Amino acid sequence: MAVREAEPVGSLQEMHDVGLDREDLLGIFRSMLTARGIEERGHILYKQGKIPGSFYTGRGNEASAVGVATAMGPDDVGCPLQRDMGVHITRGVEPWRIFAQYMGRADGPTQGRDGNVHLGDARLGLHAMVSHLPAMLPVAVGMGLAFRIREERRVAVAWCGEGAAARGDAHEGMNLAGVRRLPVVFVIDNNQWAYSTPAHLGHAVDHLADRAAAYGFEGVVVDGTDVLAVYREAKHAIEKAREGGGPTLIESVTLRMEGHAVHDDASYVPREMFEEWGKRDPVERYRTWLRDNAQMTDAEEGEVTAGVKKLLNDSLQRAEESPLPDPATLLDGVFATQDELDTPHHK
Amino acid sequence: MAEKTYLQAISDGLRQEMRRDQRVFVLGEDVGVYGGAFKVTDGFQAEFGHWRVLDMPLSETAIVAGATGAALMGMRPVAEMQFADFVSCAWDHLVTVAAKQHYRAGTPIPIVLRLPSGGGFSGGPFHSQNPESLFAHIPGLKVVCPATPEDAKGLLVTAIEDANPVLFFEHKHLYRRIKGEVPEERYSTPFGKARIHRDGDDIVVITWGAMVYTAAEAAEIVAADDISVEVMDLRTLIPWDREAVLASARRTSKVLVLHEDTRTGGFGAEIAATVAEEAFEYLDGPVKRIAAPDSPVPFSPPLEQAYLPQIDDVVAGLRELAAY
Repeated sequence: MAVREAEPVGSLQEMHDVGLDREDLLGIFRSMLTARGIEERGHILYKQGKIPGSFYTGRGNEASAVGVATAMGPDDVGCPLQRDMGVHITRGVEPWRIFAQYMGRADGPTQGRDGNVHLGDARLGLHAMVSHLPAMLPVAVGMGLAFRIREERRVAVAWCGEGAAARGDAHEGMNLAGVRRLPVVFVIDNNQWAYSTPAHLGHAVDHLADRAAAYGFEGVVVDGTDVLAVYREAKHAIEKAREGGGPTLIESVTLRMEGHAVHDDASYVPREMFEEWGKRDPVERYRTWLRDNAQMTDAEEGEVTAGVKKLLNDSLQRAEESPLPDPATLLDGVFATQDELDTPHHK
Repeated sequence: MAEKTYLQAISDGLRQEMRRDQRVFVLGEDVGVYGGAFKVTDGFQAEFGHWRVLDMPLSETAIVAGATGAALMGMRPVAEMQFADFVSCAWDHLVTVAAKQHYRAGTPIPIVLRLPSGGGFSGGPFHSQNPESLFAHIPGLKVVCPATPEDAKGLLVTAIEDANPVLFFEHKHLYRRIKGEVPEERYSTPFGKARIHRDGDDIVVITWGAMVYTAAEAAEIVAADDISVEVMDLRTLIPWDREAVLASARRTSKVLVLHEDTRTGGFGAEIAATVAEEAFEYLDGPVKRIAAPDSPVPFSPPLEQAYLPQIDDVVAGLRELAAY
């Protein structure tokens, strides 16, 4: 059974029909620019020696991340991964805290206990990833299980890369979600390279979304450089899950435009591939769409761009002012205490 | 008070918690319609419904990860591994996600994993293990090993209340063999407080789980030789009652550590090392360890008997220490 391949997005009217007004559309642009800007500045920080350890980016995945996150409701939750900076930005994680996280400062979301994109904010419904991908996928399924048990109209989003889709916990998580028709949306960011391993050495099916049929739910392949197509498919899947229609698997196809991490020059990726996908850069593609279809003016574009630049400058400065963690706090938080269970997400 | 088996006490404790707290739910393989492989959750699905007593696919990873996700959303999952041995399939989710999430992200993971463990009835290499030391080594996890029906109920209540992932090792050989008085009302037994199972002055045996009874029987035998043995039931390994262990070590001057898990890297090594570091000057003999040998758990009865620490092994160890 072939999966559905999503149509590209055309007109402004079409976006109105799926719930986005013009202000929302400009907000999406702002989030994409912010996500990219954070990572571009991260590169500079890394070269300045201010980021310990390694540094990971999601260049090329901005549309996929922002598109899905924009479709999530305020009480929905998810476990985004290392290419999903756009999810954190869209849901409101403040950029200065992300810079602080990069630099191992006390004000990062993990207070220096974990690095790079291993961050989340439970108040925003985001839960920090681990390196063992896609370990958070079945965790998100458990979140959906809690919603189902309590009969809440909330949805959990479970992210996974095409490489990690080979692992057993992707299977167990999707199978369980299918069996119980849980309110979970699976997003496989297929950026075609798992570190240096090309997708064809990771899976034998034409599309990873084909696997959805094996779990008894719908699968769809979407162009991950088309933020509005991603939004439309994610919105459809999330609302369907909210209404009790069970899970959907969205495969969002992109190209990882940089190495696995900053140390990796990605010389194993054919040059033509970068050139071809470079023409479909998600940020530029969306900027063009906004000008052609939403009549974004020079003034509006300038305002968004300048706003993002100022936000990032201010954020970077605030992060640099954040102290390094005190070694005396090393053992704090190995175990949780009883009173922490009274935090809102445990109600 | 009524006399209950160890198994009934666990079942009662779990049922009581489910009645008083809607957030508590059970998930595992065959826990619903069938009531669990050992019948701990017998009748639960009829009482609480199939969304609070969930028969899961054969997916230990999804069970533990699912419990973790549900806990993050405010639930208090009690997951059952059909046998403690199968927790190996969920290692990553316990050790990588559940154990570290609070330290990294500040979000508590209040989950309980019930783990029927231990040998003694030809369960073979995959239905008999005592993997508690593996998890005691992982910062962020708590490890509980009750020996009595009263403790099994009280420690389970504490485990469910705890804000952290708790591995609750239920010794299968105690399920129906051990009976005791168990209060009907709700009570909790604190973690990290050892229990003196038997008083004595000359040697202390530090142990937990089913080996508490092996130690007690050995102590009775050597009492005839005028060797007075204290049997200390540690109850919980993480946290463990260092103060009680050190106090008994200082008082008796001779220490025997006994466990059913294999010897190398077993939790007994941690206890022995701590006693050597902190009570060395009080000791009148070497700290002795009796444990299973470093092999898989064999199936055939004579092999398994040779594998599991026996009363005679403990008697010999006690006599050796007494004579030292």
